[in-house]
This record gives sequence, structure tokens and C-alpha cells, in this order.
Amino acid sequence: MSSMTIAPSPMAAAQKRHTLVAFTGLLMRDFRVLRRELGPFVVRIIMQPLLFLFVFTYVFPHMNGGASGNPLAGAGGINLGTVLLPGLMAVAIMFTGIAAVALPLSQEFGITREIDDRVMCPLPVAAVALEKVCFSALQSILAALLVFPLAYYIPSVPVQAHVASWPLLVAVLVLASLVSGALGLAIGANVKPQQIGLIFSIVVIPITFLGCVYYPWGKLDHIRWLQIAVLANPIVYMSEGLRAALTPGVPHMPYGYILLALVVSFAILGKLGLNGFLRRVIS
Amino acid sequence: MIVDVAGLKKVYEGKQRVVAVDGVDLAVEKGELFGLLGPNGAGKTTIISICTTRARATSGIVRIAGVDVAKEPSRARLNIGVVPQYNTLDRSLTIFENLYYHCKYFGFSGPEATARAKELLEQFHLGERGQSYPQQLSGGLQQRIQIARAIAHKPAVLFLDEPSAGLDPQSRIAMWEAVKGLRREGITVVLTTHYMEEADELCERVAIIDHGKVLALDTPANMKMTLGAATVIGLKLRDVTGATALLAELQSDALVTSAESTADGLRIFAKSMDGLLPRLLQLAQPYHVRDISVAETSLESVFIRLTGRDLRE
Repeated sequence: MSSMTIAPSPMAAAQKRHTLVAFTGLLMRDFRVLRRELGPFVVRIIMQPLLFLFVFTYVFPHMNGGASGNPLAGAGGINLGTVLLPGLMAVAIMFTGIAAVALPLSQEFGITREIDDRVMCPLPVAAVALEKVCFSALQSILAALLVFPLAYYIPSVPVQAHVASWPLLVAVLVLASLVSGALGLAIGANVKPQQIGLIFSIVVIPITFLGCVYYPWGKLDHIRWLQIAVLANPIVYMSEGLRAALTPGVPHMPYGYILLALVVSFAILGKLGLNGFLRRVIS
Repeated sequence: MIVDVAGLKKVYEGKQRVVAVDGVDLAVEKGELFGLLGPNGAGKTTIISICTTRARATSGIVRIAGVDVAKEPSRARLNIGVVPQYNTLDRSLTIFENLYYHCKYFGFSGPEATARAKELLEQFHLGERGQSYPQQLSGGLQQRIQIARAIAHKPAVLFLDEPSAGLDPQSRIAMWEAVKGLRREGITVVLTTHYMEEADELCERVAIIDHGKVLALDTPANMKMTLGAATVIGLKLRDVTGATALLAELQSDALVTSAESTADGLRIFAKSMDGLLPRLLQLAQPYHVRDISVAETSLESVFIRLTGRDLRE
């Protein structure tokens, strides 16, 4: 695809500069649009976790007159709020990828064709897709940071969170956000706009509910087949990764596996997305 | 040479194999306004898509300002401006921002991009629209903004794919004016159209395309000259009955290709107007000339002659 390797070196250097400049331009454009739509962006991010936390970690405990009576946790000794904190951050990260890449991209390919003006920029077409993923990742990190205070302060029973390792937290947050962007790209570039609603039902909802968001992976050991099946779900590694980094008191997968799985998910989803993107853009 | 197309072929493999472009050679010089004229499905858009790096050729080479578009697509795009058939304005940005960020993508600094965007708003008479969003404007205005954006980075060549499709007559004329303005600036323009008036009005040279092949390539005037009578003169007379003698006299005239009588006068196909008109008026005087109309033969008649089909089909 890229021709930079063929060109003699001064030209290759010039082309690299053009690519970098155009890439920066695309990022600036996205920042401009995000700044204008910051209000809706924040509402979109916080509404779901806010209500979720409110009902399950505030209303429910009050109904039962105590903290222990929650219908979901079943994780003896660990309160639901602590389980949900990393899980809801993972969901926010994932939904941001869908909202920032998949939905607009599917529209742009199918209806508006707006993507064409960016494809005509002086940079490799793959870089246009990469920019989408990167900017989506930035938004995902922002989303996770927005959810954190909600998940920390709303539950009526205090959440037991502490950062065991900052480098791990940063690595998980960045990788999880990139995976989410790549997931968005894979969906947006391969799904027709008319089918996007269906994709929500058959992909997005299942991977959320089966993404170890509301329960730690380790607690699935009584349903062994499910515990193994969900390993194919990238959301599992986002939740478990954040669990390992933020609430180390809750059982979680080993760090190494989490990071490796996130990198592999990014590679697979990125490749799927990129192939779809190139196929849609170049005939 | 700005656009150099050699042996271009594009075949879409699939259940039904389609040869969209079938061995096209074109050479567009700097500053030229070049038209690809042909019916829908002739392969015009495919040629443009390949020239603008959006489609890959099956075989053949396209060079834009010397850069091979297949080998170095990103570098080639520096020299290309495109206005596709559909509206690709960025709906999330204002008109000003559409121009501004386009300049940023192409490496303008902030102040340079601002200056260029303002200059273009001025040039395309969009001054007060800068803060509007594309959806708030008419189709004609959006089209003009697309042209402004496409030339914002000062490309060597601007490709316009069916620029007047979907425009009302007034917007079309405004668009023509904008394109003529580009010619005065020395920008090379390649446009596709299936309106012969448009090719005739705008283009210095026209390639007539059908079934992926170039059937003819020349200036519109030459095309009409070599492929048909140059001029059609309609003569309305008060005294039609006696005009048979006039008809016979005209048919023997060296400048007249053919002549026929119509319901209210005569129609004369002439090689040239020079010298014919005064003589004609003198000859027709006894029959009381009511009205006279002079029309160059159109590219449409050329197209019909080449393909045996109507362009509008």
C-alpha cells in the first residue's frame, strides 16, 4: 500500500513530513469537533454508569436495609461497587470506541461519503484509519476518567480501590482504549449503516454482559465452559486489566496475560478494521 | 504535461466482468480546461477515480505532475484537487473551518490557513457564509464551497466529476463562472460531464468517451467542424411558397453543405458563416425575411454521429 519504501530517501523524508503534518491536522480537526460537542459527549459517557451505579449500589442496598444484599456480585466478601468500578470504566471505554469510530464511519461510508475529503489528504490511507483509532482512544481514556469518580463516590458502601502500579494502570488504560478504537474501526468499516442497530444487539450487548464487567473472571470457575468461552472477548481483558490495576483486592487474571491479550486483540481487530477500511475506500 | 494517462484499463472482476475503462490515453497540458464527455456509465468517473488515487488501474499508468499515482498515491495527492459527484463537505465543521482544516491537512501553518480560507471565501463570494454549516446552504453554494476547498492547497490539477449534476440552471451558470475563473488563474481543470452544453461552454478540449474508450479528442469547434456542418442557419420567411428557387440556388453554393425547407422557411447547413450571411440575406430579400437564427452544430450531433446514440439516453 505505502510507497514510501520505493521512493528515494529525500522524497521519503518529505513524504514522512507530509504524513505527520496531515495526521496532526486530522487530530486537530477532531479536537475542534469534540470541543464543540463536549456537553453531549460527557452526557453520553456518564448517563449509563451513573444510573447503573445509582440503582445497583445505592438504591438496592437501601431497599434491603443493608449493604450485602446485592443481586449480582456473589463475590463473597467483596462489595459490588468495587467489582463495578473497573467494569464500568471498561464499558465506557468500549462504548466510546463504538460511538467515536463505528457509528460515524458507518455513516460516512454508507450515506454522507464525508470520509472522502480525508482520504484525499497527502498521507497513506491506512494513516487516516489509524488517526480515527488514536483519537477514539483519547476519548476512551477521557471517558474512563469521567467514570472513575462516579464509580468511586456513588456506591453506598465504600469502594476499595488503590492503584497498585501506575505503569500498569497507564498501560492497561492506553491499550484498552486502542483496542476499543480498533473494535470501532472493525465494526464501522465492515457493517452497513442499516445493520448498525443489529450489531448492537448481536455484538455490543453480548460482549458487554459477557465481558466480566459485573463480575470478576475468576468467579466464573463454577461455569467452566463460560469461563473459557469469554476469553475470546476483548472486553474481558479491559475489565480484568483495570481490575488488576485499580482494585487489586478483587481476584483478577495475571498481568502478563492481560497485557498480551490486549495487544493481540488490538492486532486482530486493527487488521480487520484496516482491511475493511481500505476495501471501502479504494476500489 | 500535468495529467498523463497511458494505456489505462480497469476491469471489475466478479459475477459479471465489467470493463469500465478499455485502453484510454490522455494528455492534459498545464492550464488547460479538459472535458470528458460521455453518457452515464461510459467510464468517466472510473478514469477520474484512478487519476485521483481512489481506484487502482488493472493496467496502464497515470502520472499527475510527473508522479505515478499507483506507486506514490500520497505524494500524488499533494497535486490533486477533487470535487466528487457527491457532497463530501465536513458536516461537523463550519464553511470557514472546512477550508481552514483542509489547508492544515496540506501543511499550511495556522495563519497561512486562516489567510487562505478568507481569500477563498472572498474569491467564491461566500464571505458572509463562513460561519454557516454546510447543511444550512443550498446545493449550488455547497458545490461552490467544494470547489473552493478542492483548490485551497493550490493543486496542479483540479478534477470535477459531473460538477453540475443536481444543480438548478442558475447554480450551474454560477459554477461555470467559478470554473472559468480558475482557468484565468491558470489552474488545470479536468471535468466529466454528460451535458454537451457544459463541455462546449467550458472546455478547451474534449474527449468523447463511450464504453470505456476515447472515440474522439479535439477542441469542441474542431470536432463540430470535422464531424458535421459548422453552422446551422434557420431562416423564417413570409413568402414560403416561392422559396423553392431560393433553396435550389443555395444548394449550389460552395459554402452550403445542404439545405432543406421547413414549415415556415429554410434550414441551411453551412461550412462557414464568413461571407455567406450577407449573400444569403440579399438572396432571401424578395421572400421577406421575418427572422434569422444562427447556431453552431452541437457536440450532441457529433456524439450521435460517432455512436449512433443519443447522449441523454
